[in-house]
Amino acid sequence: MKRAVSITVNGKTEQREIEPRMLLVHYLREELGLTGTHVGCETSICGACTVLLDGQSVKSCTLFAIQADGASVTTIEGIAANGQLHPVQEGFWEQHGLQCGYCTPGMVIAACQILERNPDPSEDDIRHGLEGNLCRCTGYQHIVDAVQYAARKIRSQASGVGSQGA
Amino acid sequence: MANKYVGERVKRTEDPRLIRGLAHYVDDVKLPDTLHVVFLRSMYAHARITSIDVTEAAHAPGVIAVYTGNDVAEKVGPVPCASAGAIPDLKVPDYRVLAKEHVVFVGQPIAAVVATDRYAARDAVDLIMVDYEELPVVVDVEKAAEGGPAIYEEYGDNIAYRLTAGEGDVDAALASSERVIKQRIVHQRLAPIAMEPRGVLARYLPGEQEMTLWTSTQIPHLLRTQLALMIGIPENKLRVIAPEVGGGFGSKLNVYAEEALLGWISMQLGKPIKWIETRRENIQATIHGRGQVGHLEVGCNNDGAITALRWNVFADLGAYHQLLTPAIPTLTGLMLSGSYKIPAIQINITGVFTNKMSTDAYRGAGRPEATYIVERAADLVAAELGMDPVEVRRKNFPKPDEFPFKTATGLFYDSGNYEAALARALEMADYQKLREEQKRARAEGRIMGIGVSSYVEICALGPSQAMPAGGWESATVRIEPTGKVTVLTGASPHGQGQETSFAQIVADQLGIPLEDVTVIHGDTSIVQYGIGTFGSRATAVGGTAVYYAVEKLKEKAGQIAAHLLGAGAEGVAFREGKFSKEAARAASAAAGEVPEPVLPAGQAPAGALPEPEIEGKSISIQEVALAAHIARDLPAGMEPGLSASHFFEPTNFTFPFGTHIVVVEIDRDTGEAKFLRYVAVDDCGKVVNPLLVEGQVHGGIVQAMGQAMYEEVIYDDQGQLVTGTLMDYAVPKAAMSPRFELDRTETPTPVNPLGVKGVGEAGTIGATPAIVNAIVDALAPFGVRHIDMPIKPETIWRIIKQ
Repeated sequence: MKRAVSITVNGKTEQREIEPRMLLVHYLREELGLTGTHVGCETSICGACTVLLDGQSVKSCTLFAIQADGASVTTIEGIAANGQLHPVQEGFWEQHGLQCGYCTPGMVIAACQILERNPDPSEDDIRHGLEGNLCRCTGYQHIVDAVQYAARKIRSQASGVGSQGA
Repeated sequence: MANKYVGERVKRTEDPRLIRGLAHYVDDVKLPDTLHVVFLRSMYAHARITSIDVTEAAHAPGVIAVYTGNDVAEKVGPVPCASAGAIPDLKVPDYRVLAKEHVVFVGQPIAAVVATDRYAARDAVDLIMVDYEELPVVVDVEKAAEGGPAIYEEYGDNIAYRLTAGEGDVDAALASSERVIKQRIVHQRLAPIAMEPRGVLARYLPGEQEMTLWTSTQIPHLLRTQLALMIGIPENKLRVIAPEVGGGFGSKLNVYAEEALLGWISMQLGKPIKWIETRRENIQATIHGRGQVGHLEVGCNNDGAITALRWNVFADLGAYHQLLTPAIPTLTGLMLSGSYKIPAIQINITGVFTNKMSTDAYRGAGRPEATYIVERAADLVAAELGMDPVEVRRKNFPKPDEFPFKTATGLFYDSGNYEAALARALEMADYQKLREEQKRARAEGRIMGIGVSSYVEICALGPSQAMPAGGWESATVRIEPTGKVTVLTGASPHGQGQETSFAQIVADQLGIPLEDVTVIHGDTSIVQYGIGTFGSRATAVGGTAVYYAVEKLKEKAGQIAAHLLGAGAEGVAFREGKFSKEAARAASAAAGEVPEPVLPAGQAPAGALPEPEIEGKSISIQEVALAAHIARDLPAGMEPGLSASHFFEPTNFTFPFGTHIVVVEIDRDTGEAKFLRYVAVDDCGKVVNPLLVEGQVHGGIVQAMGQAMYEEVIYDDQGQLVTGTLMDYAVPKAAMSPRFELDRTETPTPVNPLGVKGVGEAGTIGATPAIVNAIVDALAPFGVRHIDMPIKPETIWRIIKQ
């Protein structure tokens, strides 16, 4: 019944024998112990389970792990490089972009994707870009502020101006 | 005290673990040999179970045990209701943790399958054979109140209780009013939808006869007491841990069947047992909010003075009472005076059983209903009299010098300046200009509306006399030998940021860096008994407990410092983290206790000058802590250590208030309402951390938008839950809300020394009527005076096309 899969998660290639019906989110949480990716709805609506699959943001609660066989996955645990917070994570902290924190990992991943596609998004772009992610605590405004903060910081880093984000 | 942190926009100390995905919610706690539970739940809203056969399920791969209602009926006590006893003649159905013969709502647990993993347990649930005999279903609350089949035959009808409250002769006041307006108003059922569903992990150690139970709860201590009684374990052998909790909004202010069952199963099997709620289960079997249908009568005179208000309401309680189910409508009754002087008020509540999940406390808990009724009433009065809605509000406000203000619902509002908050909101919105713009828009055929809501809410719940299980809160503050400060609070948070805000309070009081303070919460074995985080009480009650504990601790530290510094009768005083004699002299001079010498001009008073013999002789409170623990040189008879506890009992509730102004424009072709502006001026008294207050207000407003325009728990006429997933239940998304324009006025409360009132529910209370008032105002030219929520584009489109 079990199938062998090889998935590179946060840069490390992992081999496991798993049931074909195992969801990617359960693979990450149960097999690899990466519990930063959360389950909020099981229907691809809330986005708490968002991860990057070969660079594309996906809902890991409605993908089977075997669909990621041979692919590369980035979870929230892999966003901070060398212990340094990613500008998006920094933005969430600076701008109070989270309260209970449950949606936050998915929000951070989704925000990274938005900024990768558009380094200078308008407020409208950000709000529409986050439509696949629900937050019940913040009312979104501080999340938008967090993404704007990150956008400024990434742009200033890219132009070599320094690391003044705000 | 040196004010360094309180009032500042301090970044949260809890965030680094959360933004890196390293925090631990219940499902992130992993124990070896954990078994997993999946529940079989009723597929019918009302049925008799004629047989259950679990044989095949029990033999399925990986299954360890299957439990049904018969297995637990004599072993686990019923799900408790704290309002039993507080409401006269309340009918309390026997709410068993697993149904035995009678199921009364879709999603009610019938059997629990325990297996080695979730997939195996889920597979086995499908192998349980249940025979149901369907019974007549009670869905509509008004019809259920009128008669028809009773859910519980022994009661004869579906009325759980009737209750009348209020003061003044409403009949006479209405009869003598120059106008009386009547309106039927519906508060639809809502689902709280904390982003983290519920979850439980229970571990019973047969040797130690102790249990640890991790659960996503707002009230670890109250839950521990109830669970100990339900499953028969001594309370001091049960440790409840609320780990990281992913939102609550009242839905985790409860005692649930699953929590007791998981504990009991762990005792049977001697293994860790885990259950994680799916979102479908969450919408079926976690409490709902609101669910009131009623008739408003409001009397007024031609000058706009509101003379009387009556709310005859049918409260849709659902099939059972959860912890506070029947109490919620009574909170509505308490707040029916709103921000106004209304001489006569009456609420007549009919609490009604229906074949649905229980309603209970959802963010605001009875107060959003009250505010909505009163704020709609104010607009109905304005429409009736052709007055500006703002003028009706001004006309009826109590003035600032009338506080404490007694309402005809029996409350004393602590402090307020409603006019100031309204004036600031009007100024920010540029109200007169908006009205002119509206005239122009209407002339151009555009549909634009302006909505105002001047709310007041009841917070900081509350004096113990008014609460089912204590209204106080506890704190212990310790300074460890290394000078690090440990704060234990009974107010266990779930996103509110108390680890930061309480640390701000303590750091300022002690004059130490914020980083030296750690706030611990949510573990009943570490933290002394507490009540929890709900009813916008954490800072006003829990923060105040922390404040007093620190004051007690400083008093002891001062005695030790005086001893170490050899201070005599004049003693020492505390300034910027240090005790010194110099500070004591300065303080007494400042307080005028030392007579000021007459000095030549330009010369400073003697008391303010440093005394040579004590120069440099001071000791920091963190050094005092070390001395207190080494304990070789303490004042005679003094206990070693440096720790203090306080249990704070408030003398009153607090009453935050504010005004929200909303501007909408409606698309004539689609009926879609778009927000042009959202202005909110909230007054929650003193503010510890403006960043956190803004976050609370934003979140509340968006939840209010959800109620006003999108959200509704819908059961069909067979009691089937139609909105059973987030594909069907419309939680607002980022693109649906505008950028909020916020400001505050600041009217401190006299109820606590911090002057804080609470803000957690302001948004859901103040915003809902502002939004509805704006949409109704927009549609006024179509002859509309009221529309029930959620006001969907289709509803608006039909009004426009009529």
